[in-house]
Amino acid sequence: MILAIDTSAGTSVALLDEDGTVIAERSTPDTRRHAEVIGPFLAEVLAAAPDVRGSLTAVAAGIGPGPFTGLRVGLAAARVLALGLGIPVLGVPSHEAVALRLLVAGEVAGRFAVVTDARRREVAVTVYIAALPIPAEAEPAHLVERLAFAPAPGLTVHEVAEIPAVWLARAAQARSAAGASFSDAAPLYLRAPDVTLAAPKRVSA
Amino acid sequence: MSLVLGIETSCDETGIGIVRGSTLLANVISSSMEEHARYGGVVPEVAARAHLEAIEPAIRAALAEAGVTLADLDAIAVTSGPGLAGALMVGVGAAKALALALDRPLYAVNHLVGHVGADVLRDDGTALELPTVALLVSGGHTSLLLVRDLTSDVELLGETIDDAAGEAFDKVARLLGLPYPGGPHIDRVAAEGDPAAIRFPRGLTLPKDLERHRYDFSFSGLKTAVARHVERLRDAGQEVPVADVAASFREAVADVLTAKAVAACQDLGVPRLLLGGGVVANARVRALAEERAAAAGVSLRIPPLALCTDNGAMIAALGAQLIAAGHAPSALDVSADSTLPVTHIQA
Ligand SMILES: [Zn+2]
Repeated sequence: MILAIDTSAGTSVALLDEDGTVIAERSTPDTRRHAEVIGPFLAEVLAAAPDVRGSLTAVAAGIGPGPFTGLRVGLAAARVLALGLGIPVLGVPSHEAVALRLLVAGEVAGRFAVVTDARRREVAVTVYIAALPIPAEAEPAHLVERLAFAPAPGLTVHEVAEIPAVWLARAAQARSAAGASFSDAAPLYLRAPDVTLAAPKRVSA
Repeated sequence: MSLVLGIETSCDETGIGIVRGSTLLANVISSSMEEHARYGGVVPEVAARAHLEAIEPAIRAALAEAGVTLADLDAIAVTSGPGLAGALMVGVGAAKALALALDRPLYAVNHLVGHVGADVLRDDGTALELPTVALLVSGGHTSLLLVRDLTSDVELLGETIDDAAGEAFDKVARLLGLPYPGGPHIDRVAAEGDPAAIRFPRGLTLPKDLERHRYDFSFSGLKTAVARHVERLRDAGQEVPVADVAASFREAVADVLTAKAVAACQDLGVPRLLLGGGVVANARVRALAEERAAAAGVSLRIPPLALCTDNGAMIAALGAQLIAAGHAPSALDVSADSTLPVTHIQA
């Protein structure tokens, strides 16, 4: 069994069998309550079959891109869940879950872009080349100003508001089966922290 | 006695502690302080990123230090507030996952009450007597509490209405060209200065302020007064007597903190004062607290410094106290609450 967690958009948690069959899934598009819902969601999928804890072989973690505060909740949970169960954590770019779903559904061919909102009038874009079993990244995740985002001719764009953990798990399984590598579950922040190095201001006129 | 692992991520220290009842087994702290130094204060996003990177290695290190395995743990405790929202959420997410991976109960607790709970871990054989007044001062908070029962009855007497005292130390250090964090550097420089050289204002100590803010603190006016003083000297082309300014500033902070804390003890007829938080490391704050407590017949307790600064052991200790007192675990949908009131000992 594999358990997948993605909090790069809403919160999505899924439990799948080795053959990719979904055993349980809990998701919400809510982008403000990751730290709350991660508890009940994990509890429910862990209780969805007998001895899930003893049967899990890996935890798949969506590494983003996505708003940082929520993204970190899922990554912290995935890393510590894997630690607690003594199994590996497999970092997978969150956009890859969407790319795989589109490919398996036959909705894309050639080059296509998976796009999510990155706030501050920017979008996060990953360009893929249609390939199975693993969608091939033509351009890794990067930020583009929403208004300036002009896809090249022939590139289809798929903007999504949710990342399904079911497909994140399947993306991890596809990588494993193909012997492909995983990231170390480091978040794709794509932005440096906001900090201003202001000099102390005068207080007297 | 319950074996509890505590997770603390409310500010810039990733703290993992392990206790068995009131016995300290491990206290691992991974600080992002150096990353904040160039900004002169804690940057929330920098702190939150550091927590995510530190939390798993810190858990492993704490288990090794305590000589226990994950399977030995009876419960997980975590700080759910108050603190920096994004930082708290890393700890809460991790704590829920650990509790669920191990199928153990989760106790989400109050950071400020945790500072008081740290006292049960001291190994000198003396027990915390209650009720006690507690003065908790750090870069993130300045609070005066009345603790009647550690797990069921804590009251907020007062708190800062603007900056935390530790923040004031950082800001004044920057004004004086001293490094971050300000506390230890001001302490070092002030040792050579005259604390009576400049009479800086004591916030919320005038009679009209005392009516409404008897036990509240304010350090924003003090910080501005120091800035004005330094600017006046620099404008006049005079050298700033850094040691005297530092000593006079430190004296103003120590004076108001200890005066209000001891006054609370006297007003409430509680002859006990507990200090907690990183500012306890400040030599003058400690000395003045000792002097005034002794003069007022108040017994003063200061936990070891490693348990005064933010740490996971104090969170584990409070969790163990809650378990011993028969409290039920927290719900799994408990949230991180950056403004969790002190009356909510457990969230
Ligand atoms: Zn604190």
